[in-house]
Amino acid sequence: MTDLKSVNVQRTFLDFQLFRNPLGRWVISLDAKFQQSVRDDSIHKEKDSHHVPDDFPLSEHPTEVIVVRAFPIEAPEQGISILSPEGRELLWIDDLDQLSGDQRTAVLQALREREFMPEILKLERVSSFITPSIWSVQTTRGSTDLELKGEEDIRRLSSKTLIVSDKHGVQFLIKDLPKLDRHSRKLLDRFF
Amino acid sequence: MITYPLGFSPAELPLNWKSTVLEKVLPSENVLGWMQVDLDENLNFNSGILICTEGRLLAFENKKFEPEITQILDLHVDVRVNHFDFAGVGNIEVLASNCRIANWRYTLKYQQEGAKFTEILNKVCSNLNSLNVDPKVQEDLLPPHYNPLDEGVSRCEKCSSVLDSNGECRSCQTTGPQNVSWSLFRLWRFAKPYQMQLLSGFLLTLAATAATLVPPYLTMPLMDDVLIPFQNGQQIDIDKVSLYLLGLFGSALLAWGLGWAKTYILALVSERIGADLRTSAYEHLLKLSLEYFGGRRTGDLMSRIGSETDRLCVFLSLHLLDFATDVLMIVMTAFILVAIDPWLALATLVPLPFIAWLIHVVRDRLRTGFEKIDRVWSELTNVLADTIPGIRVVKAFAQEDRETSRFREANRNNLNMNDRINFLWSLFSPTVTLMTEVGLLVVWAFGIWQVAHHDITVGVLTAFLAYISRFYNRLDSMSRIVSNTQKAAAGAKRIFEILDHVSSVPEPTNPLHLGSVQGEIAIEHAGFRYGNRAVIKDLSLLIRPGEMIGLVGQSGSGKSTMVNLICRFYDLSEGAIKIDGIDIRDLTLAEYRSHIGLVLQEPFLFFGTIAENIAYGRPNATRKEIVQAARAANAHEFILRLPQGYDSLVGERGQGLSGGERQRISIARALLINPRILIMDEATSSVDTETEQEIQKALDNLVKGRTTIAIAHRLSTLHKADRLVVMEAGQIVEIGKHDELLAQKGAYYRLYEAQARQAQNERVVFESNAGVQSTGVSL
Repeated sequence: MTDLKSVNVQRTFLDFQLFRNPLGRWVISLDAKFQQSVRDDSIHKEKDSHHVPDDFPLSEHPTEVIVVRAFPIEAPEQGISILSPEGRELLWIDDLDQLSGDQRTAVLQALREREFMPEILKLERVSSFITPSIWSVQTTRGSTDLELKGEEDIRRLSSKTLIVSDKHGVQFLIKDLPKLDRHSRKLLDRFF
Repeated sequence: MITYPLGFSPAELPLNWKSTVLEKVLPSENVLGWMQVDLDENLNFNSGILICTEGRLLAFENKKFEPEITQILDLHVDVRVNHFDFAGVGNIEVLASNCRIANWRYTLKYQQEGAKFTEILNKVCSNLNSLNVDPKVQEDLLPPHYNPLDEGVSRCEKCSSVLDSNGECRSCQTTGPQNVSWSLFRLWRFAKPYQMQLLSGFLLTLAATAATLVPPYLTMPLMDDVLIPFQNGQQIDIDKVSLYLLGLFGSALLAWGLGWAKTYILALVSERIGADLRTSAYEHLLKLSLEYFGGRRTGDLMSRIGSETDRLCVFLSLHLLDFATDVLMIVMTAFILVAIDPWLALATLVPLPFIAWLIHVVRDRLRTGFEKIDRVWSELTNVLADTIPGIRVVKAFAQEDRETSRFREANRNNLNMNDRINFLWSLFSPTVTLMTEVGLLVVWAFGIWQVAHHDITVGVLTAFLAYISRFYNRLDSMSRIVSNTQKAAAGAKRIFEILDHVSSVPEPTNPLHLGSVQGEIAIEHAGFRYGNRAVIKDLSLLIRPGEMIGLVGQSGSGKSTMVNLICRFYDLSEGAIKIDGIDIRDLTLAEYRSHIGLVLQEPFLFFGTIAENIAYGRPNATRKEIVQAARAANAHEFILRLPQGYDSLVGERGQGLSGGERQRISIARALLINPRILIMDEATSSVDTETEQEIQKALDNLVKGRTTIAIAHRLSTLHKADRLVVMEAGQIVEIGKHDELLAQKGAYYRLYEAQARQAQNERVVFESNAGVQSTGVSL
């Protein structure tokens, strides 16, 4: 781990299957040959494109996994990691493009089930301009009410992106502040 | 013929000692070295001089202003000389067969001379068994090369930083005029880029003021040509009246438009000046050395950059503009008045000198008062800045009440100070009003008298009264400028104090550049003191490229200071630190520090996402590089476990992450810049042993192939070090590998034993506790 120069990733399709087991959990099965090749690869390329830990059991027996995004906001399409339930990384996917159609669908489905960060599309009304205040919002996951405890729960992530945490810690995303409609922005201006 | 082999010739002796010294030195002797001392045994100031010859040490002292010899010591092989210092007082002592036979004291002014002289004396003594000093030894006796610095570069004697082309030291220079009001003029530096806007603003002000002076002038013909003839039985001339009224309306409209334009333009400019000032003050502040931050309070600096610049901005846009308008108005009015009737004008202007005098008197008092208010105010913010970050300590010790009373106390000071100023201030305004009323009275009286003598018309008198009421109104508001100027000047002074402060780690004037860095660090005769406490004393160490050095020693032995010096947070007082043979003071700070990775005991995470925090040292790093660095730092997996992965926000002090997690993020940060030199200051001491092992794994990745200096309290964490350097009281006492040092049974052995014993004790306590518990259960 001395050279951090980026190495061009070959557009290889990863040989794994992600599917649901009878219990409804997501499991992965890696082809043994593929595992070996990834492992050999990682020795030469110093763990860059895809990464399988050395002590990962070499078997085709399906293992229960969690699929997570490394950069859910900044780059949701890149950096997908498949973890064991204990949090050990099993497989790293540089880009969703590397996946075949079926894999991609499965990965996206697994992500969708696990990730919950509704994006606020419209701020309809607020109960008061002083916190705590209840906001009625339309989000990518439907309309809901959220209770804002204090103004400090609205945090700026980048120049355009805001994160709003409600009373219960659910985080709502405002992805593109300037693109919000006038009415919503006007309401938001009273808080942020 | 006496020769002076060491380059010490009597000619160099201080003049006041020369004759007395030369009297006492035997013709067969040579003066090998000398040092001046300036304290007597009771630490009162009294100058003296010590002279070393081949066989004797002569001490002279001022007795009743006459130089006199006080001691003569014969030097021999058993004589040893030590020097040490404490609390600003240096000591030089002569020991012979375990007995102190003499000692002298001096202030740190003579610190370097003392060290040199001690060395010369010791060399002389150890060479005394051979009666004749052979030439080779004499060469050895040459004064030690104190600043082994490049010949070409001249350095300041006081702070040993590189001198500029004029041979002056930028660090030691005291800059800045002392006058408070002067600091306002220095704002010109920031106003210069906007001079065009300022000029147009000034012209607009001029025009706007002129426009406001038209209406009173029109009252004159309105009175004399329309109203008074009407009273005397003539018809009102409608055309004339409407012309005059139209003139009044037009001038009012003009004044409105111009007034708006000038205020807008000048407010725009002043806001920009304020913003520039704030940014440059902040930029300069960040470039200052750690020494500056060490001696200053956060709250004070925050208020200087925040509210003081804002105050200046308001002053420039509002008060100064008003003042300029007032002055213009007064000058113009005075001209008009004189043009209409010089005698009446004279009577009108009589109160003016009185008011000017009044302003002058109050000015000085108000100024000091406002400066005091500023200081009290920052005391208030300091209380806040102290307690809010330390709130856990405050609450843990239940000291809320005490902190509140501290705040109340500071607030009361603020109140008292304001009360005192307000007394003066409140007296000031009504006095000015009284003067203006008196002035009006004078004009009325003189005007009526003149009207009665048919010198002037009623119209002229009304015009005068209209002008004069404006005039005095302005005077009243003008008097306010005094306090506003003083407030602004005090603010400007405090900002320029930051801007004038020259960093104690100055950037070189002609920087050298490092090519590819090998990572060899040479510390040569390094000396450093905090105030009057010597923390590092004559320390030399050569670290080979890629070597890992473990710095160990008790706390206070100077380990962290050494690290601060290598990072160039401070500059050495003596000696030099070289990287690949180049003095670090000859490199630009940014270039030098880009080669250093630093992992501290308390990792500081900035407000932002984890990815941003990792990429702090290289903001343009790709996501892949960030992930790689996090992997190597053993941080990748725990980051993925967070709900937003690398996009998770971490708070001001990294809330929501454990100490170990934060530490691993800071290791990833250091890894990402891929430095040649790595410095770890107690990187694992704030976490538990298990986390430490995880961090250790990350650190082992980090260390590979880099010159590493690690400080650790737990000696076990340094098992990979190539050499261990044991420090004691600012000096190196032992160097070697773990096993060698243990075999030596020296300082390292003692440290190691102490830790081993402690670990054992803990185990015993733990086991006995466990034993008690198990018996409890079995019963």
